[in-house]
Amino acid sequence: MSDALLRVDGVSKHFGGFTALADVSLEITRGERFGLIGPNGSGKTTLINCISGALRNDSGSILFDGEEISALPAYQRTRRGIARSFQVPRPFSSMPVFENLVVPLEYVVHRGSLHKADTHREALEILRQIGLADKAETPSNQLTQVELRKLELARAMAARPRLLISDEAMAGLSSSEVDEILKILFQLNEAGITIIMIEHIMHAVMRFSQRVMCLDAGKIICEGTPAETVANPEVQRAYLGA
Amino acid sequence: MKRGGAAFWFGAAVAIGLAGLAAGTIKNEYVFFAGYIVLMSVALATAWNILGGYAGYVNFGTPAFFGLGAYTSVVLIQSVGAPLVVQILAAAAMSGLLGFGTGLMTLRLRGIFFAIATVALIVIMETLFINWRYTGGATGVQLLRPAPIPPFESYIKMLFVVMVVIVVVAVAIARYIQTSWIGRGLRAIRDSEEAAECSGVPTLKLKVFACTVSGALMGAAGAPMPMYLQFVEPASTFNLNYGIAALASPMIGGTAHWLGPVIGAMLLSSLQQVVTVTISNEMNVLVVGVLLVVFVVAAPDGILGLFKKLKRPK
Amino acid sequence: MLEAILFGVLLGCFYAAVSIGLSVSFGLLDVPHIAHPAVMVLAAYCTFVLGRYGLDPILAGLVLMPVFFLLGMAIYRFYYETFEKRGTEAGVRGLAFFFGLTLIIEVGLILAFGVDQRMAEAAYIGQSLKIGEMRIPMRMLVAFGVAVVLTAGLTLYLSRTFTGRAIKAVAQDEPALRLMGANPVRIKQWAFGIATGVTALAGAMLIIVGPVEPSLDRVYIGRTFAVVVLAGLGSMTGTVAAGLILGISESIVLMQFGASWAPLVAFGLLLIVLGIRPQGLFGR
Repeated sequence: MSDALLRVDGVSKHFGGFTALADVSLEITRGERFGLIGPNGSGKTTLINCISGALRNDSGSILFDGEEISALPAYQRTRRGIARSFQVPRPFSSMPVFENLVVPLEYVVHRGSLHKADTHREALEILRQIGLADKAETPSNQLTQVELRKLELARAMAARPRLLISDEAMAGLSSSEVDEILKILFQLNEAGITIIMIEHIMHAVMRFSQRVMCLDAGKIICEGTPAETVANPEVQRAYLGA
Repeated sequence: MKRGGAAFWFGAAVAIGLAGLAAGTIKNEYVFFAGYIVLMSVALATAWNILGGYAGYVNFGTPAFFGLGAYTSVVLIQSVGAPLVVQILAAAAMSGLLGFGTGLMTLRLRGIFFAIATVALIVIMETLFINWRYTGGATGVQLLRPAPIPPFESYIKMLFVVMVVIVVVAVAIARYIQTSWIGRGLRAIRDSEEAAECSGVPTLKLKVFACTVSGALMGAAGAPMPMYLQFVEPASTFNLNYGIAALASPMIGGTAHWLGPVIGAMLLSSLQQVVTVTISNEMNVLVVGVLLVVFVVAAPDGILGLFKKLKRPK
Repeated sequence: MLEAILFGVLLGCFYAAVSIGLSVSFGLLDVPHIAHPAVMVLAAYCTFVLGRYGLDPILAGLVLMPVFFLLGMAIYRFYYETFEKRGTEAGVRGLAFFFGLTLIIEVGLILAFGVDQRMAEAAYIGQSLKIGEMRIPMRMLVAFGVAVVLTAGLTLYLSRTFTGRAIKAVAQDEPALRLMGANPVRIKQWAFGIATGVTALAGAMLIIVGPVEPSLDRVYIGRTFAVVVLAGLGSMTGTVAAGLILGISESIVLMQFGASWAPLVAFGLLLIVLGIRPQGLFGR
């Protein structure tokens, strides 16, 4: 029980008459690589939004490192160690690339000790890790799609999270670009960061994840190893069926 | 920006010094009458920009904060005959409180709901003061100016210099916010509030802070108004025109930098006075409306943005 | 008191009708259309001008509807090309644009017509109907009638016709609509045109109900947004309910406390709703 970093228990979320999540429960251990799959509209992003705090769950509990976080605003959850990237990149478009990272550095990592921090240098470090160092001074509204995806990840990394949620970071990328992102995620995991990956690119999810969960219409339909999940007839029906 | 600090304060000192010099040498009182209005517009535009430009939350209710500041002065003058400095500080406190309360109630919502709520503020304030007999109700109050504090020979010259100081304070505060981590947080909110929140920025707290500071500065800018006009009544005090200029000036001058509202307000206010005197008051509003639409559509970064584009080597 | 409530019901339906265009343009299409009341006042003045040529206000309103429909389509096209396409910063600039538009319309009206109040002339304006002890102004009944027809018509259009339902669909799930092959921009443009056309008739009612002056749009910003927000964005039935609530409250306040407190009702109601239940009565 003590090495469960995240524990979601019976979480539901409704939008008017529409049920986006129905009684979803899962547990993620420290250091795990967890994959979340499911067809469009199955509730993956809603679940992520409830975990990160962009939405409030209507019922159930969410425990992060033993602490109930359902009532906390998103910025406090980030400060406790949950970071996420967005499916559609949302850069701080009026800022150059490096400054995008300074925001989480100032507001999460160095809160209370700003005068001692060299956030510019730290931002460059992270950019170097992710391969965007040469674009550090570029206005972030001039980046290509791939670079924007990397920036999303870099900004989440800059918050020095314990749990990183990557929401379809690889959508629309070429095969080599997917490998690039995967490599970075593996590196982060080796450094101790627990990672939840939401993806449609099956081979990436299967290579990366230790455990995979499949959602459909707000409910869990399968949970297990990548091999088990792929072979599951329910999963196949959800993706290929009506 | 750290190097620019010394230059800024030197410039501020020069500005105040020049103002004092002008007060001592220029005889024509009209210069100070007109100059006061221009300066007041700069203060209001600068205050507006802290929430509107930096954070991206449009406030239509400048007249509410400005007017509350003016009426706070009226109450203090009528009750205890308070000196101008006390009036200004009290006005800032009251309008700051109004900003805090309004912000807390409505800044959780989307920008347009906040904007509409600020329109409501004007009507509420105006209705309240129309019905309050102590401050003269709908007909208003007349006020007598006390003697100017030496070395000022006339009260208007004194008000002029006081307004210069208020502008310097407002611009200094705006500049500090802009260049600090607070400003970065506000810009993150403006660019993508969701991403800002997920990057650890306490969005509601920062927005409420910006709204409070903005309101307080608007109140301070309104405090000397009763003494300037020597007559205060609700309809003209809560006049929407103050709100129009406060919004249009930064949009025209540029919203990203504290210099934008300054340039925008100086140009717009001067233009407004010229048009009002030579053509008509209605034409003045039309000119502002047209300029606002033109700039918002064609030059979204304002005059400062145009400068930047010209400077960039092609 | 009964008279106040009855008057309030009539007034409320009128408020619902003048707000229903905004329910579509802001509630469904998410356009920050604070120029809506100004466009309505513009239509009221157009009705007045047509009245000078002998046209009855209701007929004038009907004539103006297609004109304002085209105007609405043009405004939306411009708004979309300039602001919505460009994304993020659009919020502030879009609001500022419509604010500027409001100013231009208001001042344009002052320059063209002066600040004096203008009235429409018709047989039913100035007469009252006696029901028992109460006297109901005829013009209110006429406006009520038109309002009911207009509101019912628009509600039916949105729920029964193909384009109407496409409009509701684009408000709820634009990507899905795109996947089905429909062009959301053209649908929104059409919807905004309809909302503006409806507002033309609302403007005609405005000048039937009472005299108009160029600054009338200011108080109607409060009323129309109060109705739309209280209703819950995009809800047509909500608009009727909210309109009635506003109409009756205003009528009671008017009777008890006098005219100087009446403008406060709409804005006060708006603030209360925003503070307590921002999604309104029937909101999503």
